[in-house]
Amino acid sequence: MTDRSDQQAISGAASLIRALEESGVDTVFGIPGGAILPAYDPLLDSTRLRHILVRHEQGAGHAATGYAQATGRVGVCMATSGPGATNLVTPIADAHMDSVPLVAITGQVASTHIGTDAFQEADIVGITLPITKHSFLVSRADEIARTVAEAFHIASTGRPGPVLIDVTKDAMQSLTDFSWPVELNLPGYRPVSKPHAKQVREAARMLTEAKRPVLYIGGGVLKARATTEFRVLAELTEAPVVTTLMARGAFPDSHPLHLGMPGMHGTVAAVTALQKADLIVALGTRFDDRVTGKLSSFAPNAKVVHADIDPAEISKNRTADVPIVGDCREVIADLVVAVQAEHAAGRRGDYAGWWQQLNAWRRTYPLGYELPKDGSLAPQQVIERLGEIAGPETIFAAGVGQHQMWASQFISYENPYTWLNSGGAGTMGYAVPAAMGAKVGMPDRTVWAIDGDGCFQMTNQELATCAINDIPIKVAVINNGTLGMVRQWQTLFYGKRYSNTDLHSRRIPDFVKLAEAYGCVGLRCESPDDLDKTIEQAMAVDDAPVVVDFVVHQDAMVWPMVPSGVSNDEILAAQDVRPDFGDGEE
Amino acid sequence: MSRHTLSVLVENKPGVLTRVAGLFARRDFNIESLAVGPTEHEDVSRITLVVTVEEHPLEQVTKQLNKLVNVLKIVELDSSASVQRELLLVKVRCDQEIRAEVLATVQLFRAKVVDVATDAVTVEATGDREKIEALLRVLEPFGIKELVQSGMVAIGRGSRSIADRPLRAVTPEDVRAHHDGGPHSAHSAHNGHSAAPGARDTHNRTHRKQVSDHHG
Repeated sequence: MTDRSDQQAISGAASLIRALEESGVDTVFGIPGGAILPAYDPLLDSTRLRHILVRHEQGAGHAATGYAQATGRVGVCMATSGPGATNLVTPIADAHMDSVPLVAITGQVASTHIGTDAFQEADIVGITLPITKHSFLVSRADEIARTVAEAFHIASTGRPGPVLIDVTKDAMQSLTDFSWPVELNLPGYRPVSKPHAKQVREAARMLTEAKRPVLYIGGGVLKARATTEFRVLAELTEAPVVTTLMARGAFPDSHPLHLGMPGMHGTVAAVTALQKADLIVALGTRFDDRVTGKLSSFAPNAKVVHADIDPAEISKNRTADVPIVGDCREVIADLVVAVQAEHAAGRRGDYAGWWQQLNAWRRTYPLGYELPKDGSLAPQQVIERLGEIAGPETIFAAGVGQHQMWASQFISYENPYTWLNSGGAGTMGYAVPAAMGAKVGMPDRTVWAIDGDGCFQMTNQELATCAINDIPIKVAVINNGTLGMVRQWQTLFYGKRYSNTDLHSRRIPDFVKLAEAYGCVGLRCESPDDLDKTIEQAMAVDDAPVVVDFVVHQDAMVWPMVPSGVSNDEILAAQDVRPDFGDGEE
Repeated sequence: MSRHTLSVLVENKPGVLTRVAGLFARRDFNIESLAVGPTEHEDVSRITLVVTVEEHPLEQVTKQLNKLVNVLKIVELDSSASVQRELLLVKVRCDQEIRAEVLATVQLFRAKVVDVATDAVTVEATGDREKIEALLRVLEPFGIKELVQSGMVAIGRGSRSIADRPLRAVTPEDVRAHHDGGPHSAHSAHNGHSAAPGARDTHNRTHRKQVSDHHG
């Protein structure tokens, strides 16, 4: 490793900031406090780092995640010790579940105080052990630069994930020699990226021989930036494609090979295609319980090719017949070549019969919704029009719940990295800060947060951050006045006993006034007649954040649905409507 | 459910044991025995861990262990292909009348008395689990005042060491082949030893870290 000649004694804090700059960081979301204060001093002089002062550390964490998901770069957040650090726990867990590259930097009390229950002391490394890809406690200034380099390497390579760097105050305050680049010392970290050629050829052969294949793709295809390669593979094989919640946008929704999203609220065609498949080619996806439904009855007749960069995902839930460990982009590129070789040898899959069946399901059970009879707004309609008016270049960040599912169903995603959400952790409150982070990373794109009234009230303080720092996001609050998804489950499984789900948020707070109080433009829409006009009004604002309070019907439910723990064969296209799959068609 | 002994080579750094133990704890697996100590490499510690679990969850936890950045290598040691030892210190009630009988028992097990008091002796014994259990069964009638036992340490038989094997990736297909008893077994099948007792370390299953150059 070559040392740069400007070796000089600087503070550990300055070396932290220098190391972040050298790692290519341009944005840090955070809040200062006692233990992290030394780092904030040299940060003031940095011309390469933009620090965005958020209002709550959770906002910093989700903003860094949204930034990372939209840009593909590592997101960075910073907080002080104790409560500052513990407020990062939820976004760190969220990033861990969704494999988002994140580096979280926390101040720690001085090394001499660790373990004494010092003021604002928390064992954040201990607290976050199971929800980080890796973590470091740094108590010596000399270790700071190398640790930062290692953290970025770990966060961004292999299966991406969050890495925590906890730096003691005295490490930041003592002097060290800074040099860059530094040599990484990670003898136990060797992610595989190159897939096994024989396995790839076997997968290609199985694709050729299959009668009812499905290409089941997940967030790994986006993480590997493999969407172009995947489209080539799909069009080459002409096999149907399903995209998981984490993969929406990885393959254009308008593409004729696309059956939509599988899983609990997936399309009948996507869910049923997997159920009836004789071959599932799973790429960068993990057979999550929300996708498989009852595991023992999932896709009972399918052989499985499973490619993932994380060997621990393979055969975790569903045993793989052909396991492939590797980076999705390399796997897919190799698979394209292998399928081409099959074609050149005169072997080509014949899926005509399969497509006939798939198209029948698609035709008979399209996604849809009913308009409320009382003339009020249907939430699905709001989201659908939002997608159409905002257009395919817009980035959407959703909260968690009904609005999230409708946003995944009724917006047509044509481009990768236009759909951000909290998939694995299901973190209510994700949308506003994630949209903020995405807008910072992609300032030229329109960014809409689609939020529920419950979610919105968990993190809307970041509207202040947006207004003050010129981050003009747009927020659609799908306001049904309740915790809608929980209410839906109460309707379906708890005899309509609505225990503690009514938020009364159509009355309190007044979201328009709240928006205005935060220096945002506040709009409200209560009637379908005003829908397009209101959305266009929001689209026209480009110098301030906009919050639109869409007051929608309370009883709308997300369909289709596979109830929790039930076989995907039991999918309901709508309430009490079981699709007729024509028994014996097998 | 079956008993498994895992030897885990880890970086000698603070917190590593917690990371390893945490993966077992979150799955509600009880670690029956645990021993941690230095190795011939200053920067490497060795954890010997005994758990009784089903094969599939063990495979999952092993893969997760492999993902820990501080974990260098994992080998599952088969009891027939490794030497497994525990250390026992036991304080046995022992007055003049029965002293001779206690000492005879101790000798029978090739254990030794390391401390003597007027009404007790402290016995040190090493051995595999069965031997330690047998000794305790025999000493029990005399009256056990206190006992302390180490976690098991284990080492593969034969001349080969755990660390000097070439790092070759175990791919999931290897693991599957192992389950199917196929040719690409995850057992260390490249062991070229003959029928000597040392050759039995072929039963020790290596869970090597994934490396990037594992073209097959």
